[in-house]
Amino acid sequence: MRDVAIVGIGMTSFGELWQTSLRSMWAEAALAALDDAGVESVDLITVGCMSSGLFTGQEHLAALLADELGMAGVPAARVESACASGGLAVRAGFAEVAAGLADTVLVTGVEKMTDVDGADATYALGTAADSEWEGFHGVTFPGLYAMLARIHMLQHGTTREQLAQVAVKNHANGLLNPRAQFHLKVGVDDVLRSTMVADPLRLLDCSPVTDGAAAVVLTTVDRARELAGDRPVVAITGSGMATDTVTLANRPALGELNAVKLAGERAYAMAGKTPEDIHLVEVHDCFTIAEIMATEALGFFDPGFGGSAVERGLTGLQGKIPVNTSGGLKSKGHPVGATGVAQVVEVTEQLRGESGQRQVEGARVGMAQNMGGSGGSSVVHILEVV
Amino acid sequence: MFSPARAWREFPQRYRLEAAACSGCDKILYPPRRACPACGGREFSEVVLPKNGTVVTYTVIRVPPAGFTEQTPLPIALVELENGVRLMVQIADVEDPEALEIGMPVRLEFRRVSWDGEAGVIFYGHKAVRSTS
Repeated sequence: MRDVAIVGIGMTSFGELWQTSLRSMWAEAALAALDDAGVESVDLITVGCMSSGLFTGQEHLAALLADELGMAGVPAARVESACASGGLAVRAGFAEVAAGLADTVLVTGVEKMTDVDGADATYALGTAADSEWEGFHGVTFPGLYAMLARIHMLQHGTTREQLAQVAVKNHANGLLNPRAQFHLKVGVDDVLRSTMVADPLRLLDCSPVTDGAAAVVLTTVDRARELAGDRPVVAITGSGMATDTVTLANRPALGELNAVKLAGERAYAMAGKTPEDIHLVEVHDCFTIAEIMATEALGFFDPGFGGSAVERGLTGLQGKIPVNTSGGLKSKGHPVGATGVAQVVEVTEQLRGESGQRQVEGARVGMAQNMGGSGGSSVVHILEVV
Repeated sequence: MFSPARAWREFPQRYRLEAAACSGCDKILYPPRRACPACGGREFSEVVLPKNGTVVTYTVIRVPPAGFTEQTPLPIALVELENGVRLMVQIADVEDPEALEIGMPVRLEFRRVSWDGEAGVIFYGHKAVRSTS
């Protein structure tokens, strides 16, 4: 395998981008990443997108978007793993460069979610669950995570306040991120008083409906050294992916996220790292409980201690392991197909030392964990300055 | 997506709770599959699920998906039946959502599940109701 580096990053601001179409958002992020890399042509485009069909009525997306940049002729592939589509697009690009099938890949993620109303958006997201045996009964994504939260609270004593602390922390980080959807200081009481969505999860436990796109350019580490100039070269040294049962009914243990655990173990093994080696991590906090469960599954805290870790400030910007310095899905926003790529953008920026007020000092190794559905799939990447 | 053909195709599981018992390892699959996820076996016999079980975990949906806007708040649970099979079902006849609890004994009853989808199909299936035993 060849060593793979991230040589360009770009993303749109995240938010309700009423004035911008899917293709326009995508092109903005893609052009920013190509410009950042100093690259004009690529051998492959990957597009992470969960459901352009349900959200905008557009399929055949990868070819459409290649043409949008005047790159008709270039191979382009859309990859889908629900909300982990972006992470999977990174992994698909990583694999092609590592294998020598492509020298330079434009990896992108995009989702345009505000062209449908709330009920239709809830339905579209719900298709990441088992449509026949879960969705049939009316369950929603907040509903599935609410069920996981109840189990975690029962098994581990995780408290309602600890869940709220995740939102408080991520909104505080989001205040420092100019591209975040929300610049909103949130307190524990605000979370506990917000509208109930699916007991015990409230509105401020949930990531929002968001439009946005993100992109990275991957190439070999050798070529990246030529392109980087005096900037640090950030490499992808670990990539792991795993699946779990999509249907919660078939999952023996509901207090843990096994796909995240397996994907993490595979990424750690490839990179030759352990949780103690990681300086910061972006985790998939689609709901507050998801961040707690992900930090446990990735080995940063023992099972059942993710909640108290947040409460003790261990995951804050100055903590033992800063989690979601970008503001996370919670505050930065969650355009589902773009999220996994945007996480890699954030970690790359941190490792380059370009994160401004939210910079983790001395960060040289970072991780991005993306997740599909209620943990039915997960993709984990480890990035390092090389 | 919620077409008449789909409703018809799913009658055996929705209406009659038909499941498959693996001839190799006795695992009960609901819904049936082509291959047993536990042992890889491909021979099955038909069984009907028991109707009594307990709530493994639950929530009350306050923001519903399209097709369920008339039914909120919507209590929904993961239920484990007496034979160990788990399934997602609505909890019906709930007067006070605060009184729901993990471990609550329930019984499956045949009910109308949804009716305001675009295809005009009325979907029936099983819901859980609190039982005393």
